[in-house]
Amino acid sequence: MDKGVLGRRAVLATSFGATLAAPLVARSQPAGSPVRIGFSIAQTGTLAAGGRPSLLARQLWMHDVNARGGLLGRPVELVFYDDQTSAATSPAIYAKLLDVDRVDLLVGPYGTPVQAPIMPMARQRGKLLFGNFSFRANEEMRYDRYFNIAPFGATPDAWPGAFVRLAHRRGLKRLAIMVADAEGTVTLGAGARETARSLGMEVVYDQRYPFNTTEFSSVLRAVRSARPEAVYVGSFPNETAGIVRSVAEIGVGSSVQLFGGGMVGLQFAPLLESLGDAVNGLVNFQTYVPERTMEFPGIREFIDRYAVAAKAGGVDVLGFYLAPFNYAMGQVLEAAVKAVGSLEDEALSRHMKSAEFETVVGKIAFGPTGEWRDPRMVQVQFQGVRGTDVEQYRQAGRQVIVEPPELVSGELRMPFERARR
Amino acid sequence: MRSWVRFAAGGLVVLLLAALAARWLANDYLFFAAFVVLQFVVLATAWNILGGYGGYVNFGTGAFVATGAYAAVALQKLADLPLPLLVLAGTAAGAVLGSALGLLTLRLRGIYFAIATLAITIILETVVLNWDYVGGARGITLDRPHEDPFFGTYNRMLVVLMAGMAVVAVGIARWVGVSAFGRALSAIRDSEDAAEACGVPTLRRKVQAATLSGAMMGAAGAPLPLYLSFVDHTAAFGLNYAVSAMAMPMIGGTGHWIGPVIGAVLLGTAQQAVTVTISSEVNVLITGLLLIGFVVAAPRGILGWLGR
Amino acid sequence: MDLELLIDALVAGLLLGGFYGALSLGLAIAFGLLDVPHIAHPAFALLGAYGAVLMQGWFGLDPVLSGLILALPFYALGVAVYSFYHTTFERRGTDAGLRGLAFFFGVAFVAEVILILLFGIDQRGVRAPYIGRALVLGEFRLPWRMLVASGVALAIAGAMALWLSRTYVGRAVQAVAQDATALSLLGADPVRVKRIGFGIATASVALSGALLVVVGPVEPGLARIYIGKVFAIVVLAGLGSVGGTVLAALLLGVIESVMLSSPVASWTPAVAFGLLLAVLGLRPQGLFGR
Repeated sequence: MDKGVLGRRAVLATSFGATLAAPLVARSQPAGSPVRIGFSIAQTGTLAAGGRPSLLARQLWMHDVNARGGLLGRPVELVFYDDQTSAATSPAIYAKLLDVDRVDLLVGPYGTPVQAPIMPMARQRGKLLFGNFSFRANEEMRYDRYFNIAPFGATPDAWPGAFVRLAHRRGLKRLAIMVADAEGTVTLGAGARETARSLGMEVVYDQRYPFNTTEFSSVLRAVRSARPEAVYVGSFPNETAGIVRSVAEIGVGSSVQLFGGGMVGLQFAPLLESLGDAVNGLVNFQTYVPERTMEFPGIREFIDRYAVAAKAGGVDVLGFYLAPFNYAMGQVLEAAVKAVGSLEDEALSRHMKSAEFETVVGKIAFGPTGEWRDPRMVQVQFQGVRGTDVEQYRQAGRQVIVEPPELVSGELRMPFERARR
Repeated sequence: MRSWVRFAAGGLVVLLLAALAARWLANDYLFFAAFVVLQFVVLATAWNILGGYGGYVNFGTGAFVATGAYAAVALQKLADLPLPLLVLAGTAAGAVLGSALGLLTLRLRGIYFAIATLAITIILETVVLNWDYVGGARGITLDRPHEDPFFGTYNRMLVVLMAGMAVVAVGIARWVGVSAFGRALSAIRDSEDAAEACGVPTLRRKVQAATLSGAMMGAAGAPLPLYLSFVDHTAAFGLNYAVSAMAMPMIGGTGHWIGPVIGAVLLGTAQQAVTVTISSEVNVLITGLLLIGFVVAAPRGILGWLGR
Repeated sequence: MDLELLIDALVAGLLLGGFYGALSLGLAIAFGLLDVPHIAHPAFALLGAYGAVLMQGWFGLDPVLSGLILALPFYALGVAVYSFYHTTFERRGTDAGLRGLAFFFGVAFVAEVILILLFGIDQRGVRAPYIGRALVLGEFRLPWRMLVASGVALAIAGAMALWLSRTYVGRAVQAVAQDATALSLLGADPVRVKRIGFGIATASVALSGALLVVVGPVEPGLARIYIGKVFAIVVLAGLGSVGGTVLAALLLGVIESVMLSSPVASWTPAVAFGLLLAVLGLRPQGLFGR
């Protein structure tokens, strides 16, 4: 659901660039007809920022699995097309993947609305569908061969609720909710609202602002005049930049203790680079940060390798949010195929429902709707950021985990105006 | 008269081929691609009635498609109406929008109509975003059958339906081209004052053309949510509709009914092919460059080369 | 809404409107006076914005200064575009309007893709001492970047008004809008006059593009957001009036700002463009037109 900050460059001089242009074929020692994994991925359009790191991580996994001898002794091949982040293009692409390319395994597009038309298609064909960070995609359909690699969990409030629970635990009572009028952010706002209601917090401001608003002075003044103690913000990268800038200029008032929650773009290097130290004090969602409570086996090595490839390809150099999980997606498929001994959708799905998988993002087990059984979205607070160099984010202590309690890695700084300094 | 018999026969053959293919061809992908191309045949033909014949530019094809799509969504949700009624509702909604815009701005110069279509696109998108009944910003998943008793899958049936709509749309455009109505539109395009002086009721003809064009676009939009089994504002208001519905007639040739068809088939197929071979960026670039190239160097489109 | 918030919203709206005015003035001339359906106007402004980004990267220049420097090449660009438009469309007559619109639409589209190919879809921003700070006046805090943007907008408006009323070419540009034939009888070449006028309009776009990136980071798709706004302003103003354009821009800015701080913030885009439709239907000569 992230709208893109991160770049795409259609003309890349690197070898990585060549792989973007056409279905990729890579072969090493394994022999026989390749195992084909098919998907569409946003290389253009609003979600391209997330599409690119996802793709790069899958390519790294493909390289690794082929070096290990492939799947079932056959080489792995990724077949993918650009869906332009549009639900209008994805059905034709998936029909091609299924009927023309005859892929063995199916991975969902990046972006919840883009995936929506694919769900019924997959169910009709009985294909296993591995979702890439779609939010609440299988809640109604409950397709038993759907899985999601994102640690959102099955309960609607697991992701947006974390911020509200944090506020509640700190004794804050007055919540403001401001979200962009777009898919994703509206969903986040709804989750925050539900959690606030269940915790008995008072929602003192609850507004959607138009998608692509550029100037936030007016919205922030309205928020400030409601005197909230916590402000939940659901925004896309352009707006995140505008909001952070306006906050620096006109402030949000001394009543505010916590600010942030659902700001998309702060997960990706380009926006962090352009905002520099203006991010200090913000509390926001993440899936992985290099803090001591998230040291999973293999994650450091993966992030380092990813960084090298990302620099060469002009992709988000940090890649914390999506890349490790997309590599883990490959690891899950690899383990499941190995355990089952075939590419059969039904057997693979049955195995994935019951088994636990060791990956670079820790142990993963899937619940009944294919979401992670134990959700693991974290809220981090930006602390001690200096200048615009994004390499500083590789050190611990820049994005301090403040929620959930079992992963907390540092002290939450409040109130917001003080934490900003 | 004989030419009409030939046209009708041709249309029937097209439909029959579509139906046969839907019944017996194994490859689903062709149908997904065919749906998009056929939808563009309808949209380009509809655009050309007002744009090519009458000289009034519509930048709001996306708004008309979305109007048809959301009319269908609302009615399907409200009363679970059968498909033909949904298409009819989409057609009516598109017609209402077309005539309203026409009445509002067609008294003015052409550019104002173009600007009004830009404005209405933004207004309608805002309405959809704030209208939670049809999904609002999140989009809406439609509950519709996946099988069809005759064609196998529901989507194949929709492709046959779209083929039928394309044949009807092209038939209408063909009729407009040779009728007194069409001659009045051409006169308006060449010189509005002269047309008025010759006794053409210019405003009424323009509003009629806008209504007809809007109705056809609304009709083409109605099956979209069913085809996707989902719709959200980005899919329905897609910029590609606006650009392609204009570029296709310009490429094919705006003076004759076959022009938009040629443009839609060529450009639509090329777009589908490029999306799955090269990249979407190049796809967009090609559409834009072709549009510029044809308006500058070949104002009469491909038909101009063929000397028609 | 309480009074303090309303005043806040009005002030913020005036600043925002000033910025919109800067973006619209070039179009007021190109479309309002010269009758060129310049749909690619915001796309040109975005080119100016990326120009300012590049100039800062290469030479560390201030964005507004870059805008002033870029005005020269943009003048040449405008002259070239108009010459091309004239020979290809205006001279051919009949359905020039249709093809001209399609042409500029295509240009805007291609400009966006070229920006993507050159810069990627990353947001690009600039640094300047007035970005990220506010002027504090008692209870009021006014962002300096908005003050700069609306100040420069007023300067552009003043310069344009003077040029149109005091110089020979400026007066000729106004005359060409009314009666090209009469102008040619007076011995002035209307095509040359329009070429210069379009050049000046495009030169102002370079500066307003620089303001675009002062107000916020830019990305290749940004121009689309402004197509509707700038045409709305120019039409609301009544074609070609500099003062009217500024007033209409301020009006749009205030409406948006008040709406955004109201309980129906998400309806903001519909109101601005609903106003445009209403004006088109009820008072097509514009709010401030003759």
